[in-house]
Amino acid sequence: MEMNENTILKFEDLDISFRTNAGVVHAIRGVNIELRRGETVAIVGESGSGKSVTVKAAVGLLDGNATVNRGKILYRYKNDDGTEKVVDLLAMSKRELRTTINGSRIAMVFQDPMTSLDPTMTIGKQIMEGILLHKRGDKAFAHARALELLELVGITDAEKRMKNYPHQLSGGMRQRVVIAIALACDPDILICDEPTTALDVTIQARILELIKDVQDRLGLSVIYITHDLGVVAKVADYVNVMYAGKIIEVGTVNEVFYEPKHPYTWGLLAAMPDLETDDDRLASIPGSPPNLLHEPVGDAFAARNAFALKIDEKAEPPLFKVSDTHYAATWLLHPDAPKVEMPKELQTRLERAKKEAEKYQ
Amino acid sequence: MKKYILKRVAMSLATLLLITFVLFVLVRIMPGNPFPSERMSAEQIANKRAELGLDDPVLVQFSRYMANLAHGDFGKGTSLYYGAPIKTVLGQCISNSFRIGGLAIFIGTAVGLILGITAALNKGTFLDAFCTVFSILGVCVPGYVFLIFLQYFFSYKIPFFPYFFDSSRFLFSSVMPALSLSLFTMSTVARFTRNEMVEVMDSDYVHLAESKGMYGNMLVTRHILRNALIPIVTVLAPLIVDLLTGALVVEKIYGINGIGKLMVDSIAGEGVDYNYVLALGILYSALYIGIMLIVDILYGLLDPRIRVASSEGGDA
Repeated sequence: MEMNENTILKFEDLDISFRTNAGVVHAIRGVNIELRRGETVAIVGESGSGKSVTVKAAVGLLDGNATVNRGKILYRYKNDDGTEKVVDLLAMSKRELRTTINGSRIAMVFQDPMTSLDPTMTIGKQIMEGILLHKRGDKAFAHARALELLELVGITDAEKRMKNYPHQLSGGMRQRVVIAIALACDPDILICDEPTTALDVTIQARILELIKDVQDRLGLSVIYITHDLGVVAKVADYVNVMYAGKIIEVGTVNEVFYEPKHPYTWGLLAAMPDLETDDDRLASIPGSPPNLLHEPVGDAFAARNAFALKIDEKAEPPLFKVSDTHYAATWLLHPDAPKVEMPKELQTRLERAKKEAEKYQ
Repeated sequence: MKKYILKRVAMSLATLLLITFVLFVLVRIMPGNPFPSERMSAEQIANKRAELGLDDPVLVQFSRYMANLAHGDFGKGTSLYYGAPIKTVLGQCISNSFRIGGLAIFIGTAVGLILGITAALNKGTFLDAFCTVFSILGVCVPGYVFLIFLQYFFSYKIPFFPYFFDSSRFLFSSVMPALSLSLFTMSTVARFTRNEMVEVMDSDYVHLAESKGMYGNMLVTRHILRNALIPIVTVLAPLIVDLLTGALVVEKIYGINGIGKLMVDSIAGEGVDYNYVLALGILYSALYIGIMLIVDILYGLLDPRIRVASSEGGDA
């Protein structure tokens, strides 16, 4: 299994479909994502684009009606004896995954802190559970570690909070607890599935800072799933834009934000509210994502794309290389394609943002 | 927690007192009387009424009744088992009904839980479908029909279990009625357990537990069952009361001297037996209130949200 030395997690040509009453939904159609040690990769996309499903496959949390058609999820880790090992997470049994990977090596933070803690168990117990499960120490150790974690995630009065039940904490506090649970066994990778979506804005910023802070301190690699481009700009090193079960543009944060190539990314960026734009209406991408019950013919985005070419209706575009780190799946990048630039308003807006950002560098 | 329980007990007693009063008044204004008029002369009836104190104002009668009740005296039958103390007769019937009902509750809950858990853990497979079909059948087929079916096969075709209840071979002759009584509970518990578990298994907190590395039995017992049990306790409570208070038809068919049968006899006998109707009414209510009290306390134990809200008077 080949993998770059610095790469810790790699999704290779992942393809997943779901059996539903209406038929087979082909939700993930060949996804490639690479996560390097210590870096943060964001996956952005609309609801239903398949971003959550992609990461759930890595932690063995796919629903029972899901089938993995092809692909691998390679994970590199250090064994207890210090040797490095690369495994395919998809080839592991659930039991194997739970005992060797989940919690101890790859941990997850969920979207809604109001529902992701067990209402009938004290938060202390919920944090200690993972530590005891992976045999990191005895009860006293787990207790001490839980206290330490609560303090790490910024919960004061930790000793008292240990005995609290989830309903006694606010949403922001609960998300801190969820993060503490995720960090309990010193994982290599933290997967955050829209960790701030369910929180109000002021709390959002603090939770983002917290995740970034623990990432720096503990040297974690982070996968961030979100539909909020503002969040992406704050946390990510690399961005994957997902649409209809495919990655349609990937690059560094600067590349995707300042020189986007895919019309869908243009649409996403233009739809971000901005203080300087003199427009009463919020820009939006017309239409809605395709229903993946029916395999899209050609480019899945063609129907909503103002810049669609004839070929978009016939053939799906491959990922064209823009730079070593930047790729986009649009026929506009084909050498024979007519030259199409991003809309003028967006261009000026991005330039303004770039200048703005440089001031703070 | 202690305060919470004390409060609930006090409220339960108050409720029982109120129910007793309403029952007492209702029985007195109900049409019919304890005396078979075709066999007694008007004079005899008048004498009897005076003897039983039925001509006094209702409130006077009630306070007399309550004073006796405080000593555990339910009075005597006014027409049914004439003259025998109710306590003795009732005790015998309760013992029969409770033992058979208790057995039915045990079988129903245990098998129901096992079926429900099996179905949920094997969702979408043959086992799940089997449990679902079983639950539907169990809810649809009345217990006494099942009892007749059992009698046909296991008493008549294969003479193994007795045809009728025989108190000298208590456990052996309780098997068939208990099984038929448990059918409804079993199916209801199985169905609820399955649905609740499926719902809980798809909840975020179970996914979080899985992402921690929890799996298999540990996951089921620590996170899934406890949360799924809370609603099951609610449906179980009234079922338990139903079973304990005896099933009329099953008791009749199998010749069991239980409280279901006693209830019918006390109303539909030669005359309405005031004292039996009252005693049974109080017993039914006390049982119901008692079970609900236990459920409330159980809730508090199972669900910390309820415990804290009621003992600390609000969210912390």
